[in-house]
Amino acid sequence: MTGYNDEPLVIGGRKIASRLIMGTGGAGNLEILERALVASGTSLTTVAMRRIDAATGTGVLDLLRRLGIEVLPNTAGCRTAAEALLTARLAREALETDLVKLEVIADERTLLPDPIELLDAAEQLVDDGFTVLPYTNDDPVLARKLEQAGCAAVMPLGSPIGTGLGIRNPHNIEMIVAQSGVPVVLDAGIGTASEAAEAMELGCDAVLLATAVTRAGDPERMAHAMRLAVEAGRAAHGAGRIPRRYWAQASSPDPDA
Amino acid sequence: MHVWINGERRELSAGAGLLDALGVLGAPRTGVAVAVDGEVVPRADWPSTRLTDGARIEVLTAVQGG
Repeated sequence: MTGYNDEPLVIGGRKIASRLIMGTGGAGNLEILERALVASGTSLTTVAMRRIDAATGTGVLDLLRRLGIEVLPNTAGCRTAAEALLTARLAREALETDLVKLEVIADERTLLPDPIELLDAAEQLVDDGFTVLPYTNDDPVLARKLEQAGCAAVMPLGSPIGTGLGIRNPHNIEMIVAQSGVPVVLDAGIGTASEAAEAMELGCDAVLLATAVTRAGDPERMAHAMRLAVEAGRAAHGAGRIPRRYWAQASSPDPDA
Repeated sequence: MHVWINGERRELSAGAGLLDALGVLGAPRTGVAVAVDGEVVPRADWPSTRLTDGARIEVLTAVQGG
C-alpha cells in the first residue's frame, strides 16, 4: 500500500502494520501455521488460553515471538462475563499484554456472541485497564454500546465462526462503519479472498480470519491471497467506487458524434 | 494434603507452596499464568503463595485458537 499514503491502523494507541489480523486455530501443525502467517504478512495474531499440556508447552507463543508478531489473546470458550474476566486476566499475566479479543459465546451450535454478557464483560475489562477488542454481532446498536463502554475497536461478524458464509449483512457492516469512532474489524465468517476484499470495500479497517486460511487446501497460498485481498479492498475503498447504474453507459466515444 | 492441579488430584506435602505445585506439573515459568481457587496469582506472588488442602490450581498458557 505504499505510494497511496494510507494511514496506519491504530488500535488502542498501537500502530498495527498489517490490516490482516490472523488467528492460529485450525492449523494442522506449527510448521504449516508458520508458513501461513509469514505469507499473510500479519503483525497481530490471536491465541487461546488453555490448561498447559507438557507435550505442547508454549509452542505457538514461541513461534509468534520468533516471527515478531504481536499476540492477541482471546477469551474463546467463555460463556459468561465472569469467565471472560478470569481468562483475560490470566492472559494478561501469562503474555504480558493488555490486549484482549473478548469473546463471550451464547451456545456451541451458533457460536454467536451473547450480547448481554459481552457488554458486561467489556465494561469490566475496560475498567480493569484492558485494551478490549470485542467480537460482536453485526448489530450497529450493540457496536455503538461497546464503543461507548470504552472498547478500542469493534469486531462484528460477517457470519458465524468457521462457516465461511462471508458477509451476510453488508448493510449492517456499513452502518457500523459509518457510526464508529473506533476501528471496525470484520471478524469471522470469511471463506475466501473476495469476501475479505468486500469487508475492506465496505469500509472496515481490518479483517480477522483464521479458518479460511488454516483449513484451506493450501493454507500458505490462501494466506497470500488474503493479504492481497485486504490490500486490494482497502485501496478500492480509498479510491471510491463508481456509482451503480441501471442502464449501460458506454466507455468508448459515440461513433455518430 | 491434596490439591487439584489442572483438574488432576495431586498429593503435596503439608505446607507446600505454589512453586511446589508448578514443579509437579513441570510447567515453564514464562508464558504461563496461574489461578488459585479462581483468583489470578501475579507472578511476583508465586514464591510466597502457600496452598491449602483442596486448593484448585489452574496453570494456563497460549495455544492455537481464534
